[in-house]
Amino acid sequence: MPQTIAEKILAAHAGRGTVVPGELIDVPIDMALANDITAPIAIELFERSGVETVFDRDRIALVPDHFVPNKDVRSAIQVQAMRAFAKKYRIKHFFELGDMGIEHVLLPEQGLVLPGDVVIGADSHTCTYGALGAFATGVGSTDIAAAMITGKTWFKVPESIKFVYHGKLGKWVTGKDLILFTIGDIGVDGATYKVMEFAGDAIRNLSMADRMTMSNMAIEAGAKSGIIPPDETTLDYVTPRAKRSFKCYESDPDADYLAVKTYDASCIEPQVAFPFLPENTRPISAVGTVPIDQVVIGSCTNGRIEDLRLAATVLNGHRVDKNVRLIIVPATPTIYRQAMNEGLFEVFLSAKGVVSPPTCGPCLGGFMGILGPGERAVSTTNRNFVGRMGHPTSEVYLANPAVAAASAVLGRIGSPEAL
Amino acid sequence: MKLEGTVWKFGDNIDTDVIIPANYLVTTDMAELGLHCMEGVDPAFAQKVQPGDVIVAGKNFGCGSSREHAPMAIKGAGVSCVIAEGFARIFFRNAFNMGLPIFESPGISRNIEQGHRVSVDQATGEITDHTNGKRFVASPIPPFMQELIEAGGLMAYVLKKRRT
Repeated sequence: MPQTIAEKILAAHAGRGTVVPGELIDVPIDMALANDITAPIAIELFERSGVETVFDRDRIALVPDHFVPNKDVRSAIQVQAMRAFAKKYRIKHFFELGDMGIEHVLLPEQGLVLPGDVVIGADSHTCTYGALGAFATGVGSTDIAAAMITGKTWFKVPESIKFVYHGKLGKWVTGKDLILFTIGDIGVDGATYKVMEFAGDAIRNLSMADRMTMSNMAIEAGAKSGIIPPDETTLDYVTPRAKRSFKCYESDPDADYLAVKTYDASCIEPQVAFPFLPENTRPISAVGTVPIDQVVIGSCTNGRIEDLRLAATVLNGHRVDKNVRLIIVPATPTIYRQAMNEGLFEVFLSAKGVVSPPTCGPCLGGFMGILGPGERAVSTTNRNFVGRMGHPTSEVYLANPAVAAASAVLGRIGSPEAL
Repeated sequence: MKLEGTVWKFGDNIDTDVIIPANYLVTTDMAELGLHCMEGVDPAFAQKVQPGDVIVAGKNFGCGSSREHAPMAIKGAGVSCVIAEGFARIFFRNAFNMGLPIFESPGISRNIEQGHRVSVDQATGEITDHTNGKRFVASPIPPFMQELIEAGGLMAYVLKKRRT
């Protein structure tokens, strides 16, 4: 029976030849992840269960990235609980400050999530690892607590929708624009509980960074997973990093999809998602005049070195508008060091931007750049819900790093072409 | 078991950031989370809601962040159940895992008004609007989810299976 990549990965883990969408399966997981917001609940449940050991201390990743460096006493207490748990159960992949990065950038970078894996994380953007050809999905803290005991989780096998992108991308068009355009097309519940499978020559030509941006935002269309079958680009990224063996799967040409959508990517402009949903997208040419107060470049969506290089290319020789604060957040210590060594910090600081340590802080209105009443931000992050980055009357406009950098200089939302 | 209370209505795409804004995610205490339930969309909700009250919403309820604090806040505020046109899937899973009863009922947000008195029969999924006498049926709860509910949530289910 022909199968999609997602079905093949799930079938292999279930110890079966095939699986069919709709059926319930129990599968072993290759990695379980939690952060400083979601781990505390999982830890409490685990401790209350009376179980004395975790299923595998090498297959649990605990990443305190959301409110770290600790934003206040209560967030410090949450990280203390994680640290104590990691020590007690000798969890191998606990990331202390200095090694800590934004979880969904960090785990692929460290070779801890790999093609063919089944990964669950108590964070909705766990779907990022689909870019490596893994079946990865966000779950809740209780699911992680249960998985830490059993090493397994349950899934209803999802149907897949295939998104095919053809053509050469225009200047300043990135993976972020392809995924924003797609969410604009299908809506924030357009792929609820489905796998989004990304394919086509435009995807083959994307860097891993751009692919991870696309898979990362599959959840913004309600998807269970956003998956890209591995190719040479994937292997070039994964092979030198992998900490264990892995297996690549691809979809059969005659596999069954709920729908196939085809886009001419050469016609897609840089996209901006207006408040208060990621589906409220407009091409940059149709944005109009929107003055802004802040720009954030970073996050699990767009905090990779390629994103910072793109921002620096645009910012080079410019200063941000006097009414705008620019905050740049390299996603991991490795990226931070790379950006420093490549001279990107010189560009950012000369432009009067600030560089933050790795953290999720501003993206979810945690700390390190909260918006006040009525303020507007352009952000390379993934959500523009009411109050997402601060006060309920503040507004977030989602864009790619080039548009975000150009907007910081212009003082309004705009394209690098306008500089 | 019958759940009964007054209806509080919300629209489509109610995300977990407005159900419980991120600055409150520094606790795992359900009652404390409940004090800020729905604050992003109705800051006075936690003061107004009474034990047993019912949230009725549109499509894609609970979209966005996977924070389990969202169903915890709803339960902590005293809400007995959520009825929506549809749920985002992580929220759906979380609600069953931690024991917040939820019901999918297409068309419900057009048919039940704010302030009406409703009851839900948890076993049959029958929804009764006592203010006007109308009745609706929720989509059946998938059998595995029913099993989770009967076991007392995912942790109880897993521990029970482990013992046998």
